[in-house]
Amino acid sequence: MQDFGYVAAKTVSEAVTLLDEKGQTARILAGGTDLIVQVREARRDVDLMIDIKSIPEVNVLDYNADTGLTLGAAVECYKVYAVDEICNAYPGLIDATKIIGGTAIQGRAGVGGNLCNASPAADCIPPLIVLNATAVIAGPNGERELPVEQFCTGPGQTALENGEMLVSMKIPAPASNSSSFYLRFIPRNEMDIAVVGAGASVTLDDAKQTIVSARISLGAVAPTPLFAEEASALLAGREVSDAAIDEAAAAAQAIARPISDMRGTAEQRTHLVGVLTRRALNGAIQRI
Amino acid sequence: MARKSHVQTTINGETVEFLCESRQSLLEVLRDELHLTGAKEGCNNGNCGACSVILDGRLVNSCLVLGVETEGKSVETIEGLAEPDQLHPIQNAFLENAALQCGICTPGFIMSAKALLESNPNPTEHEIRYWLAGNLCRCTGYDKIVKAVMDVAKASA
Repeated sequence: MQDFGYVAAKTVSEAVTLLDEKGQTARILAGGTDLIVQVREARRDVDLMIDIKSIPEVNVLDYNADTGLTLGAAVECYKVYAVDEICNAYPGLIDATKIIGGTAIQGRAGVGGNLCNASPAADCIPPLIVLNATAVIAGPNGERELPVEQFCTGPGQTALENGEMLVSMKIPAPASNSSSFYLRFIPRNEMDIAVVGAGASVTLDDAKQTIVSARISLGAVAPTPLFAEEASALLAGREVSDAAIDEAAAAAQAIARPISDMRGTAEQRTHLVGVLTRRALNGAIQRI
Repeated sequence: MARKSHVQTTINGETVEFLCESRQSLLEVLRDELHLTGAKEGCNNGNCGACSVILDGRLVNSCLVLGVETEGKSVETIEGLAEPDQLHPIQNAFLENAALQCGICTPGFIMSAKALLESNPNPTEHEIRYWLAGNLCRCTGYDKIVKAVMDVAKASA
């Protein structure tokens, strides 16, 4: 593996200063399950790894029924699904944290790293998008917030500017009569990467007959995880029905632009978008 | 030659100091610097689990941890499992169930099983299979391994 320096930063400003000074060859180290492999396989050139796990702000895991969730960028998956209140409030996010890698990976990897690694197939990103998550970003000019659907700009590419790092993600408190769901298609039962992933969140009216609003997001069918905006919008005001869900699934298929690779063909992926979108929507509705 | 860092950590209950380069994984430090060769290198990318160790109470792949990250932490490896004159119950169960052949994956499976039983002393077969999904075995087959872990759980129930 290439030689690199290592710093365990104690504060966000220390990490940001180092990132700003070193430029693109400095990388934030959180769980390391992607970064260490990328450097080992010479897929990424790194001079300095800045370990952020000693910084208090990136370890925050705070849920409040009124204000929602603050999820620090370095919080490991297993800590997220260990909190019952978070499991009940954001089941779609929990679906993803429980299927990333296996037990040992979930002991190190976190939602924040999954977001920053910006894989088109990242399991946590569609749930973050459907849950209206915002990325809290610190940089040399202070802090800014960005909706998660704008965070990834290409495979492995993010909206983080030079010197910027992800500090946390904020997810609003769930509306009443709402729930979320994420699933993926993989050829085996576990320890695999999504051929296609789909997340959905749905809010129903008090009678649980009519969809007040919905959000749909797709993984592994474009250079970045997609927010299926039109498919989501056409569900608002519709009665819960197969017809409405089929229309949304078709609209989601229309924005998928998958590639063919070793995991699946473009044709299969487009088909899967329809199937998984229906299942994600129905799964979210059944949880309400 | 790259500069080395001084790291102090606890390994199997004993305070250990070592020098390592930032790029050395915990697995490399254990095997090459500390000569604890129980943890094995299989894939070196987090897929196979042959290098599984317990870091601050949590199962990890030691190939995906940097040695320098273990400053002030506690590491458990297969070498610390048994008493000097007695096998650990998980080791006995693996023997009784013939849950190993070539043995390369075995230290990882046993450390993974230990972490499982510490967090969930009475797991279902389903829970065992999902927990162990990150540990690959290419010769014994998983049934015997899963049965061994179920036996340990039953015996301690």
